[in-house]
Amino acid sequence: MPDLVIRNLHANITDTDTEILKGIDLEMSKGEIHAIMGPNGSGKSTLSHVLMGHPGYEVTEGEVMFEGVNLLDMAADERSRAGLFLSFQYPFAVPGVTVANFIRMAVNAHRKGGPDGADNPVRIPEFRKQLMEAMEMLEIDKSMASRSLNDGFSGGEKKRFEILQMAMLKPRLAILDETDSGLDIDALRIVSGGINALMGPDMGTLIITHYQRILDYVQPDRIHVLVDGRIVRSGGAELAKELETTGYAEMANKEAVS
Amino acid sequence: MSSEVADVDLGEYKYGFHDEENPVIKIERGLNEDVIRQISAHKGEPEWMLDFRLEAYKIFLSKPMPNWGSDLSGIDFANIFYYLKPTELNARSWDDVPETIKNTFERLGIPEAERKFLAGVGAQYESEVIYHSLKKELEDQGILFLDTDQALLQHEDIFREYFGTIIPSADNKFSALNSAVWSGGSFIYVPPGVRIEQPLQAYFRINAENMGQFERTLIIVDEGAYVHYVEGCTAPTYSSDSLHSAVVEILVKKGGRCRYTTIQNWSNNVYNLVTKRAVAEEDATMEWVDGNLGSKVTMKYPAVILNGERAHGEILSIAFAGEGQHQDAGGKITHVAPNTTSVITSKSISKDGGRSSYRGLLRVNKEAEGSKSKVVCDALIIDPDSRTDTYPYINIMADQVDIGHEATVSKLGEEQIYYLMSRGLSEAEASALIVAGFVEPITKELPLEYAVELNRLIQLQMEGSVG
Ligand SMILES: Nc1ncnc2c1ncn2[C@@H]1O[C@H](COP(=O)(O)OP(=O)(O)OP(=O)(O)O)[C@@H](O)[C@H]1O
Ligand SMILES: [Mg+2]
Repeated sequence: MPDLVIRNLHANITDTDTEILKGIDLEMSKGEIHAIMGPNGSGKSTLSHVLMGHPGYEVTEGEVMFEGVNLLDMAADERSRAGLFLSFQYPFAVPGVTVANFIRMAVNAHRKGGPDGADNPVRIPEFRKQLMEAMEMLEIDKSMASRSLNDGFSGGEKKRFEILQMAMLKPRLAILDETDSGLDIDALRIVSGGINALMGPDMGTLIITHYQRILDYVQPDRIHVLVDGRIVRSGGAELAKELETTGYAEMANKEAVS
Repeated sequence: MSSEVADVDLGEYKYGFHDEENPVIKIERGLNEDVIRQISAHKGEPEWMLDFRLEAYKIFLSKPMPNWGSDLSGIDFANIFYYLKPTELNARSWDDVPETIKNTFERLGIPEAERKFLAGVGAQYESEVIYHSLKKELEDQGILFLDTDQALLQHEDIFREYFGTIIPSADNKFSALNSAVWSGGSFIYVPPGVRIEQPLQAYFRINAENMGQFERTLIIVDEGAYVHYVEGCTAPTYSSDSLHSAVVEILVKKGGRCRYTTIQNWSNNVYNLVTKRAVAEEDATMEWVDGNLGSKVTMKYPAVILNGERAHGEILSIAFAGEGQHQDAGGKITHVAPNTTSVITSKSISKDGGRSSYRGLLRVNKEAEGSKSKVVCDALIIDPDSRTDTYPYINIMADQVDIGHEATVSKLGEEQIYYLMSRGLSEAEASALIVAGFVEPITKELPLEYAVELNRLIQLQMEGSVG
């Protein structure tokens, strides 16, 4: 069985009848990179939040299994500790909390989830070393570690810090929601390099993007096209090129007649 | 530190905080002239202090209750003990302390001996040795740091010169009450040019009387001198008496600087009504750092009067209002002299139906040309049942001044919590972290151990487990 199984997933905005996800099926395994593309407002971010456990959406039908466990029963923090990570399209600022302190708390929260459930905080020198290494990899200036998380960060800086958090938390399934948007050309290369360095047989990556460019660096095994809350087409890496010429509307139409 | 409070032999306690020679007295509940005479006689005070007290009592009677701010109708003046000997406090039992408070001590990891003290059932807990060495160091520099009662007896001249000059009895009903029945508090005098870098903490010499309901503090920082005084503690302070009404007077002379840091966390039956005021002379700086947690009602507006040219005043205040609590806090700055500057920063948090108000008064007198002031007040509301208000009074009579005022109200956002939870933090950890970040501009000004304790306490409050 694949590590991630999404079956007939339907989701509404919580406490409303507005359905955003209208039956999504998707399977992937660790070691794979999948990409999701689709028009604005088609439900890509909603899918990522439903997978992560955003309380603003409720699942009305379907299931999501990761490594054999039902994610839908878990709160967001439990999913994180179960190995999920979401790089947000719009990360939030946490004024007054430094990057270093925040990441240390997150790392410790993950370590707490160990077999005996007891606290097992990372030793500070060890943590510092890991953080500095990850910051070097992402070419982030050291002084940024003592700034408040995302507070006054530029759009591109926020994205880079999402990947920094990912590097420190070492997820087994990473969902990257438009991590490439807002990155300049050099930053895209650096961040993509970081993602590739973290990828391996124990991690799966789901990249949500509008652009071919990131897929040139982080090469996907499969591409899924999401239109109006449904996956209308899946295929190999060549699908992205096809989309560039046909566009979503035409592809959605083709699907409807075929 | 010994864990057995009962082992502390008060007879050997020779650093002069209370006078064991006096016979044990028992003053009944309620207030009248006779009670005041008994207090004064018991303390062996000079005649002028008795007269001062009696005069203040008349003023207290003549003043109406304030009809603004918080609801004070629950105060029953007739049912309060106005004077208790520490030995009587000792006689109270640990069994009388509410479970919720005991649980909080447990969770905060407060040492056994300290718990009893904080709960008002132990007289004194800190090592005499620590205080003794500090005392020596201070004496060598000519600093006076002692109990206000003792200061009156031992340094009557300097005491009388300043006492009641910054906050006259008639300032308000509660300053009048304090003036009539005051007991305990700290007296500090720092001679010209003396700068003591290490904060002076009431902690070193805290005793039950010092933490009493009507303490009176007087600090004089002479020319070019510096002192940082720290009082209170983050752990809940249990008082079975429901009124705490202190007066703090500070004079900072030319070129001097004083910082006064308070963290109070009274048990939630207490009305905490405190008058604090400082006068800053030419080129002097006064800073109030004021943290209010707990209590039923707190009304506290530390004030700075900028009396000399280029004087600077700063007020940092943080309030946390939980269930059934009203924190009415803020600050007052009066610019009297030209080119004076001030900053008020206020942060409040309201949770579980609690209410916090920012009440500030900024006054710039006609003569205070070229003055600058900035007021920033930020409120954070944790849940929809809770409430916050701001009452910023600004009165500018001078020309060419630069005044800034910013106020924000934010709600603890579900989305922001979700963002932190997606990194593995529990909901309680996530909300505590956001709150800790919100108050960080204040906590970073606190001595480290206080900052750590305060964050820990906020975390407990956010888990909803604090009594
Ligand atoms: N909380 C919400 N309240 C109201 N509408 C919502 C909410 N969340 C999502 N929607 C709507 O659901 C649809 C899908 O939104 P979503 O953010 O998932 O799109 P997307 O595919 O990520 O788009 P983009 O490419 O622009 O990021 C949009 O029409 C959006 O307005
Ligand atoms: Mg999106």
